[in-house]
Amino acid sequence: MSDALCFGGGVKTQLIAVVVMWQWLKQLYHRLGSPKWFYEITTGWIPWLAVLSVVGTVVGLVMGLLYAPADYLQGNSFRIIYIHVPAALLAQSAFMMMAVAGAVYLIWRMKMAAWVAKVIAPVGASFCLIALLTGAIWGKPTWGTWWVWDARLTSMLLLLFLYFGVMALQQAMESEDSAYRAGAILSLVGLVNIPIIKYSVEWWNTLHQPATLKLTEKPSMHPDMLIPLLIMIVTTYVFFALLIILRTRNEILWHERKRSWVKQILES
Amino acid sequence: MTATSGSTIIDLQARKLLCERDDRVLFEQLDVAVGNGDLLQLAGPNGAGKTTLLRLLAGLNRDYEGELLWRGEPLTDDFSAYASQRLYQGHLAAVKKALTPLENLRWLVSSWNVSDDQLWAALDEVELGGYEETACQQLSAGQQRRVALARLCVAPTPLWILDEPFTALDKAGVRWLEGRLQRQVEGGGAVIITSHHALENIASLRQLELGSTRA
Amino acid sequence: MSLVTATIRRDLLLAARNPGEWLNPLMFFLMVAALFPLAVDPDPTFLSKIAGGVIWVAALLATLLSLDALYKADVDDGSLEQWLASGESLYAMSLGKALVHWCISGLPLTLMAPVLGLMLALPEDAYWALILSLAVGTPVLSLLGAVGAALTAGVRSGGLLLSLLILPLYIPVLIFAASAVYHAGIGMAWNGQIGFLGAMLALALCLTPFASAAALKLNLSR
Repeated sequence: MSDALCFGGGVKTQLIAVVVMWQWLKQLYHRLGSPKWFYEITTGWIPWLAVLSVVGTVVGLVMGLLYAPADYLQGNSFRIIYIHVPAALLAQSAFMMMAVAGAVYLIWRMKMAAWVAKVIAPVGASFCLIALLTGAIWGKPTWGTWWVWDARLTSMLLLLFLYFGVMALQQAMESEDSAYRAGAILSLVGLVNIPIIKYSVEWWNTLHQPATLKLTEKPSMHPDMLIPLLIMIVTTYVFFALLIILRTRNEILWHERKRSWVKQILES
Repeated sequence: MTATSGSTIIDLQARKLLCERDDRVLFEQLDVAVGNGDLLQLAGPNGAGKTTLLRLLAGLNRDYEGELLWRGEPLTDDFSAYASQRLYQGHLAAVKKALTPLENLRWLVSSWNVSDDQLWAALDEVELGGYEETACQQLSAGQQRRVALARLCVAPTPLWILDEPFTALDKAGVRWLEGRLQRQVEGGGAVIITSHHALENIASLRQLELGSTRA
Repeated sequence: MSLVTATIRRDLLLAARNPGEWLNPLMFFLMVAALFPLAVDPDPTFLSKIAGGVIWVAALLATLLSLDALYKADVDDGSLEQWLASGESLYAMSLGKALVHWCISGLPLTLMAPVLGLMLALPEDAYWALILSLAVGTPVLSLLGAVGAALTAGVRSGGLLLSLLILPLYIPVLIFAASAVYHAGIGMAWNGQIGFLGAMLALALCLTPFASAAALKLNLSR
């Protein structure tokens, strides 16, 4: 009897928890869907994010460039990972975020999501380009040449092509809504394809170059090398968040320029 | 020849329809009701939103606020059921120039059960009798239009939605189409059209003037 | 007869009336492959090494060339509007259109490829790998390409844009297919690569029509 009661009670609390969470998610969704709410809440975040980005960059780079020990094989040239790895990671996550934001727009027609997806594209592509450039610079001392058809570099190159495709498509569409939707569809198709592309490129690479020095794969990294890298990765994500928030706020101001709350901000 | 049965209930309703295009309100608080025997002409100046409203009513455009009901249920709930009851002809004819009128017509009526004999008769009725083996690129614009309109002769759907159907038709064509519309309405069907053409001789004609509601 | 089967029949009829539509990409296929011996080296031992890759690159470019027209005419003449108005599944329609595209593009490419193999000194053992990789791989090209064609159907000069969008997505097919042909040529196992191509085909069959259907609707809100 008491067991049954306990059981029933457990289900009930679970149900309540689910309902509460659902309500919370719904509220969050409605808030996120409101440009005004987003604009107002992020106003306070910007200085914090900016300070965090600057401090993180300075600390991470000083630790990485000055205090981390030199690599036993690559010497000092390995230190470019403090830029290269965060940029490469971010370029991939950014594509995923762009596709998810695009999907939210396609399914629920949330305008905010479309603006976020639109502003991510050039930022993600820039980080992709940074990863490729630093990879090439790193390749010169490591391999003796600027470009090697290394699996990671090749995947990054293809990711850059995918970014170019999304941006070119968005620019070519006549109506704004079509541009958002077309970009969203293409980035979703790209998202499904990214693992396939990565896998096939890696497979192709092992086939053709069985023994090359991998750029980033290390069995174990010394903590003195790893900690600055982790700091740089987190900082890059913070900086990315800052960029996206700033650019999204611009989109909001532009699209809502006829609304009274924007006019008030512009006047003050 | 029109297969419209009087028993088919036509009940298309739009309630408090609001449509915006590029931050411009085309219409708002718009109520439309179409039932058996109705001929509704959407009128108004260029850019008033006639075609937009027509596409909303046809279920082709889902970008609106308000309610759109077919037999009391939202249009989108069972769209294919609605689609099987109405014919939509946009201002584009959907005629392939490399094919003959008959081949084009076969494609246009492919959702319905229509025999080739009926299609021959339909082509005769729109005065394309001698052109069955001619590719449509050799026909005039008006004749290409007639190919698309020939399916009105065999359409079993009770509701017709036509965008500027009189475009490019000559006097005889206009008279023929007027007769077709009249027969459709008298047979218990319904027609919604956009047209600048005056349609006074059809008794049950109603006009909806767009563009006047704008502030 | 449903609108989908009617459209497949009409498109095949159109291809029969306008043979240039599918013959031109085929000639392009032949010409591109002929460029490599002229530009690089006509030595048969060298050619036999690159033949599989060259044929596949040429097939890929020829496919892109023929994709541009896939939906453009239907958008411009109102056929797309009629599909949407019909209430029939756009998923089935996209699948049908990709099938038609394969029939007039991938299938002739597959049938013609052995001739190119002869010209490029393809090793004898590699012919079956070439034909099979094209038979399984070109439908993937048609399905993926149809998404791009649907996205760019309403865009002016969409052909170049289409290539930009779709080429990166073609890379996995290219890698596995060219590798199958190459490995067959040097006497190694190549069934794994064909297996991957088959998996990609299954995935593309399931997923790409959704993307094409969503993309087709974009062309209506003009």
